Amino acid sequence: MKEFLLIFRRDFVNKEEQPSPEQIQKMMKPWQDWMGSLAAQNKLASSGNRLASDGRVVKSDKIVTDGPYVEIKEAVGGYIVVKANDLDEAAELAKGCPVLNIGGNVEVRGLVGMD
Amino acid sequence: MENNELIPHLFRTEYSKMVAVLCKAFGIQHISIAEDVVSDTFLLAVEMWGQKGLPKNPVAWLYTVAKNKSRDILRRQNIFDKKVKPALPKEEADNNELHIDLSEKNITDSQLQMIFAICHPSISPEAQIGLALNILCGFGAEEIADAFLSNKETIYKRLARAKDKLKENNVALELPSQTEIDNRLDVVLRTMYLLFNEGYYSASQNVTLRKDLCLEAMRLTYSLIENESTNTPSVNALMSIMCFHASRFEARMDSNGEIILYEDQDAELWSTELIQKGKYYLEQSSHCDKNKVSKYHIEAAIAFYHTNQADTLDKWESILQLYNRLLQIEYSPIAALNRTYALSKANGKEEAIIEAEKLRLDDNHWYHLLLANLYKNIDNNKTAAHLKKALQLSKTDAERNFIEKKLKEINLINA
Repeated sequence: MKEFLLIFRRDFVNKEEQPSPEQIQKMMKPWQDWMGSLAAQNKLASSGNRLASDGRVVKSDKIVTDGPYVEIKEAVGGYIVVKANDLDEAAELAKGCPVLNIGGNVEVRGLVGMD
Repeated sequence: MENNELIPHLFRTEYSKMVAVLCKAFGIQHISIAEDVVSDTFLLAVEMWGQKGLPKNPVAWLYTVAKNKSRDILRRQNIFDKKVKPALPKEEADNNELHIDLSEKNITDSQLQMIFAICHPSISPEAQIGLALNILCGFGAEEIADAFLSNKETIYKRLARAKDKLKENNVALELPSQTEIDNRLDVVLRTMYLLFNEGYYSASQNVTLRKDLCLEAMRLTYSLIENESTNTPSVNALMSIMCFHASRFEARMDSNGEIILYEDQDAELWSTELIQKGKYYLEQSSHCDKNKVSKYHIEAAIAFYHTNQADTLDKWESILQLYNRLLQIEYSPIAALNRTYALSKANGKEEAIIEAEKLRLDDNHWYHLLLANLYKNIDNNKTAAHLKKALQLSKTDAERNFIEKKLKEINLINA
């Protein structure tokens, strides 16, 4: 078994358009069910995290800008790590991701480690 | 209780306490002597009580005999003078007498200290659980081998190695520092839970034995709650799980020893006292940081929802989300199966079948029972096929009888 990072991208949601707590609760169920499904197959290596909407980008000249996603259609919204035999199986697992139902996409990348 | 039941019962309840108290008196490095003394004492009890009838106070008899035997052996082997005496406080050493404190408090303390000695970091987790079952619960190598699906020789060697480690590392019979307690408590709790489950789900038909095991696990867990430094939220959560599960003890098997599934149980037979206790410990366990919620907290919450038999969507949705979280903390096949059952109740059978097929637990008879249940009234031929597989894989007569009954029912429908 190898580990693969699943990166979720979707349209950037700015602060004003953030959903209410009740809406979040409702939105969480498909995510929780999907992660529960991966975990039940013993294929979830890490539950990862959701990312906050605001951020900074530090460029090579050490200039710090807001962003990066103000203009970007596909902002990173979160990630998890799954266990799979190969890239194809990891991509198969990604097909269940709820981000696909709201027009987002999932990037699947193998983890190679630092050594 | 008859003699032939009383001695095995006392063996299970007193063996570990006696070993702990003796080790406390003459050092854990002499644990094999302590075990020999206690085993000898029980052998003598079998012989004497059979011939002369029961003593007035059988427990006191055991402790007195064990105490005298230890003195004899230690003297004979010169261990007392050379090793034990120099380590004793001067006053006691001057008395030239091995003092074995048989007070209730010392028995409880010694056993608590023994729990932590066994969970010493120098010993591998597997060996720790084996040692706990052996020393704290008086299990033989054979019973432990059964629990671990291993063979007796392997377990015997593992236990011997673990006991050598205790000696080599000079593990002291004392309560470790608070940080150490926190580190070792995980293993302690895992061991307690394994012990409880061994009783609750055991393949053994011996109901007395199984109840004793559960009660032992609860007693040991309670001793952790009683002690301030080990009374953590997770310990309370584990105690809560045990109480909720134990509340159904009378309802989960009929008079012929056959399994009664949760949904078919007579809730009148559930122990309201244990359910109340479960709720009490669940409440106690909630006094903790959100990020310290353990798998025991989640399992206790699931067990709590099961104290209400009503089949509501809200209940199953809550249970499903708890299983989703539990599995993210720690995978186990049984949690995966239970999650899929909850999924069928919350999201419908069709989705649950797709999810169940992904689990690939083909060697697990509960897996086939789950699929049989999900396919019922959707594809009864598949139900029958899965019941047959479950029958091949089942381990006990109670399970076989139960599955055969289900198979007859489905064959009637299919005919």
